[in-house]
Amino acid sequence: MKKLINRRPGNALSWALGLLPFLLLMIAYMVASDARLAENPNDKLLPALDSFVQAIDRMAFEPSKRSGEYLLWADTLASLQRLGIGVAISALVAVVVGIGNGTIPLVRSTFSPLVTGLSLVPPMAILPVLFIIFGLGELAKVMLIIIGITPFMIRDLQQRAREIPAEQIIKMQTLGANTWQIITRLVWPQLMPRLISAVRLSLGPAWLFLIAAEAIAATEGLGYRIFLVRRYLAMDVILPYVVWITFLAFVIDFLLSRYSQWRYPWFHQKGH
Amino acid sequence: MAIIEMKNLWKEYGDQVVLERLNASVEEGEFVTIVGASGCGKTTFLKLLLGTEDATRGELLLDGQPLPAEPDASRGIVFQRYSVLNHLTAVENVMLGGELESSRWFGISVGKKRKQLRKDALEMLESVGLGPAADKYPHELSGGMQQRLALAQALIKRPRILLLDEPFGALDPGIRADMHKLVLSLWKSQRLTVFMITHDITEGFYLGTRLWVFDKPRLDPQAPGAYGARVTYDLPVGDCENGTLTSINQRVTRTSRVLNDTL
Ligand SMILES: Nc1ncnc2c1ncn2[C@@H]1O[C@H](COP(=O)(O)OP(=O)(O)OP(=O)(O)O)[C@@H](O)[C@H]1O
Ligand SMILES: [Mg+2]
Repeated sequence: MKKLINRRPGNALSWALGLLPFLLLMIAYMVASDARLAENPNDKLLPALDSFVQAIDRMAFEPSKRSGEYLLWADTLASLQRLGIGVAISALVAVVVGIGNGTIPLVRSTFSPLVTGLSLVPPMAILPVLFIIFGLGELAKVMLIIIGITPFMIRDLQQRAREIPAEQIIKMQTLGANTWQIITRLVWPQLMPRLISAVRLSLGPAWLFLIAAEAIAATEGLGYRIFLVRRYLAMDVILPYVVWITFLAFVIDFLLSRYSQWRYPWFHQKGH
Repeated sequence: MAIIEMKNLWKEYGDQVVLERLNASVEEGEFVTIVGASGCGKTTFLKLLLGTEDATRGELLLDGQPLPAEPDASRGIVFQRYSVLNHLTAVENVMLGGELESSRWFGISVGKKRKQLRKDALEMLESVGLGPAADKYPHELSGGMQQRLALAQALIKRPRILLLDEPFGALDPGIRADMHKLVLSLWKSQRLTVFMITHDITEGFYLGTRLWVFDKPRLDPQAPGAYGARVTYDLPVGDCENGTLTSINQRVTRTSRVLNDTL
């Protein structure tokens, strides 16, 4: 018999083992829910599975009585749009500033202290400021995401740009490259896969800021809905929404990771 | 006129003297191999030639003019590692020099020009024996193949001076011998001036036209940084008396002990 540390599950076993905790959680939930509902049929805390089915059906497949929209999809679209715009703008700013700070010493001396300072401001603390300046519209919510994740992404990319071996930068010069060409042919392509991993890392905080902003001021969106139905203790809506958000986050992360592996094979072969 | 000339060249880091009083001149087309104890300043000397470090004192001239203080296309280099760009395939690495030249803004070539560059690059790869690996990324190549790629990449630019910093240090003896043949034939066909650092004194003794030994003639074991290294032997290759090799070997080993024990 091999030592435990050397025993590896096969493919099928691996899947089964991975699913097991989920199954156990489901069972635990159903047992607990049954127990509470047996005591009080109107209990709202742990609804039975068929309440979820009904709630999902109501939110996703029946038009809302008030607005005629399919709420889940409208909420999803609104939230993904804010998330997408926010993350895209952050990524763009981060690449530009990160490359500038990371490769050109004069730029770094000028802006690096500022970026470090800004990244220490807690974004949630300036949320009221954003609402005051940008009003309660879309802009404030997107701005919160941008302010929340951009400094971190800049610092990450700046660091990655500085990690490009000096040998390669010298090499480019001996091949006749000027500063701009060093950026377009060496730094930019080297940073692309690193940008993707920075985006993947910052998606967690981005969701956090999105939901926080929606909870405070919005008329639609996944975060808005959760905080709206909280007033009615509607666990049957909240929990499916949470699962849905988690699923969306997972899919986005998965797609980014696959894209990066397909597009930048050289990056993933080095054991990154 | 000499292509490289050193006049009383010094290099110090803080109060550590690395190189002192270097005087030499090198003609176009010479192949200088450099040996010396680890830590005595060989790489530092190459950095001076490359322009990434400045001399503390003295003059370093290229064609009689002060050497440009930053790397440029006149001096190609192959480092021990990180010499090729890992995000480009082999052929793209070799095409890079031409592409940078053809488009000053983005360094990307298109159409006919690109086809021509690719064709030249493939020929170059063929000549270093990497024809079949043209579309592979560096991480898919062995260490020896990566070094050959680095040579191809540097040589297709036809630099006047080629700097090699222990380019074959990590390779096994068989491949090293192949690489020596390759370097010699490329050197002959392109009339390059080569400076090559090696740890292997016998390698230095038959490769190239001139052997320099960097060593510290004055050596204070209590303060190894007090005096710098100089060129203690400047020998035409293939033309040395018996015993010189052993004597150089002994001295270099002694310096190496002192430098690397007390560090
Ligand atoms: N940037 C630097 N700052 C301070 N000291 C340095 C710097 N670069 C090199 N040195 C010192 O200069 C000396 C010579 O270093 P160098 O790298 O030239 O040695 P080398 O002859 O190439 O050695 P090796 O054969 O091990 O590569 C060493 O003592 C090193 O500590
Ligand atoms: Mg060295």
